[in-house]
Amino acid sequence: MITDTTSRNTMTVNFGPQHPSTHGVLRLIVDIDGEIVRSCRPEIGYLHRGLEKMFESRSYRHNIPFTDRLDYLCSLANNLAICQAIERVGNVEVPERAKYLRVLMVELNRIASHLVFLGTFATDLGATTVFLYAFRERELLLDLLEAMTGARLTYNWIRVGGMPADIPEGYGERVIAFLNQMRPRLDENDRLLTHNRIFRARCEGIGVLKREDAIAWGATGPVARGSGVNLDIRKAAPYEIYDRLDFEVPVFDEGDVMARYKVRIEEMRQSARIVEQVLKTMPEGDIQTKLPKIFKPPAGEAYSRIESPRGELSFYLISDGTPNPVRIHIRAPSFIHLSLLQFMAKDIKVADMIAVAGSLDPVMGEVDR
Amino acid sequence: MAVGEVSKKESESWKVPVPGGSVIMAPLDRLTRWARKSSLWSLTFGLSCCAIEMMATAASRYDLDRFGVFFRATPRQADVMIVAGWVSVKMAPYIKHLYEQMPEPKYVIAMGGCACAGGPYRDSITIVKGVDHFLPVDVYVYGCPPRPENLINGILKLQEKISSEKSLLRGGSPDHRINHEPIVIEG
Ligand code: SF4
Repeated sequence: MITDTTSRNTMTVNFGPQHPSTHGVLRLIVDIDGEIVRSCRPEIGYLHRGLEKMFESRSYRHNIPFTDRLDYLCSLANNLAICQAIERVGNVEVPERAKYLRVLMVELNRIASHLVFLGTFATDLGATTVFLYAFRERELLLDLLEAMTGARLTYNWIRVGGMPADIPEGYGERVIAFLNQMRPRLDENDRLLTHNRIFRARCEGIGVLKREDAIAWGATGPVARGSGVNLDIRKAAPYEIYDRLDFEVPVFDEGDVMARYKVRIEEMRQSARIVEQVLKTMPEGDIQTKLPKIFKPPAGEAYSRIESPRGELSFYLISDGTPNPVRIHIRAPSFIHLSLLQFMAKDIKVADMIAVAGSLDPVMGEVDR
Repeated sequence: MAVGEVSKKESESWKVPVPGGSVIMAPLDRLTRWARKSSLWSLTFGLSCCAIEMMATAASRYDLDRFGVFFRATPRQADVMIVAGWVSVKMAPYIKHLYEQMPEPKYVIAMGGCACAGGPYRDSITIVKGVDHFLPVDVYVYGCPPRPENLINGILKLQEKISSEKSLLRGGSPDHRINHEPIVIEG
């Protein structure tokens, strides 16, 4: 604890890196005046591992497992983003069935990621029960993902030019059974929170992010949609098969913590809808394009953007025709959202700062890279 | 000698029959060890991916509370530190600081390949290649991430180790840090 000498009333306090509400190792340097937060500066880098540099010394395919560990709550979205970038630079076609499989897996993973948000966010606000409920659902979902990929968290399941394996027999029915089970339970969890006066009092009108600020600071994903910005990469720049699917993009105008929470809950329902459609319309066919063992894309650059559960996730990739990339840059949504804390966590109570930071749902593995 | 046998024998020798039932009489060190192993409070401290699996282990299906492992948010109340995730050079001093704040006796579980030996980031310049460079690790749980069952196995092994400890002055004895034998759980 350091006392600020410039003003008699404010005190500078460290929040984190070890703190149960920081979702990893985020450190916030907070100036407080009694209970009021005057300013909040995020300090990052505690998980830095030089990943973008490490990419350069590995072949394209070797880099895919590393992306699992970026946003570890939704590994498949990261796999998809890097594979898309590699496919773009190498002009690789993806078979139709593989595209459906990719969307199926990524949407299931999105539900799992938002369930973790639901649990941890509720715990931050003191509702530990919801944490246990959300993880109960998530375990069922992880069983499904494990049946397909063999892993519970770091799947590494999307390949350049397709998918490594088809879905096992009877998988569709299992997924549908899970969705039917999940929907009422999700409603129940939602009711538990949205009808709870304490929860509403701590969320409504707190941490308002204005629409202009959201656009100016590059907010994407649920954070932008909670502030009335109708931006979803799945609609704005459709990739894979999203242009053929029927789903809605939830947008709320309030810009407060509650709006961001509601966007995520609604997104889970929409993901369930997408999964059902994908299972119904999936065509038969190949799942992997034949590629040489040592994959050397032609020289050039590519940019791929996808909608990860946290926002717009993009990979920028430069190739010089050798088996290793020259440069890969990651645009991580959590990193950009953390810079919004300076507006949102200003002149609010210390306890509300927790709610605001939690509502951004940052994953530190992606922030620090 | 398997440690489980000891505790079984112990538990029988604690019962002393007296007319009308039996009373439990036990030496203080056995009781202390038993209490220590049955209420291993852990520090709520996650670093990265493995922390999510640690949370999942504590949550509904795997329910770590069954084993007396209960997460506390402050190091002052914690007995065991589960290092779950990769440790960067910037983070390492904080982890050491947290460890030093924990009261004796204290134990460390290195969860996941990263905490054990650097994991996939072994050739990164900013990653510490295993927390045993600055902490005395009792149990290494390998895996990337380890399955919850594996972590539970590690915790059970740690409990066995605690119940077979020779000296109650675990942390206090100067040779402990040198002579302890780590347990390795393969992934
Ligand atoms: S061992 Fe694997 S899952 Fe665990 S922190 Fe390291 S990279 Fe992540």
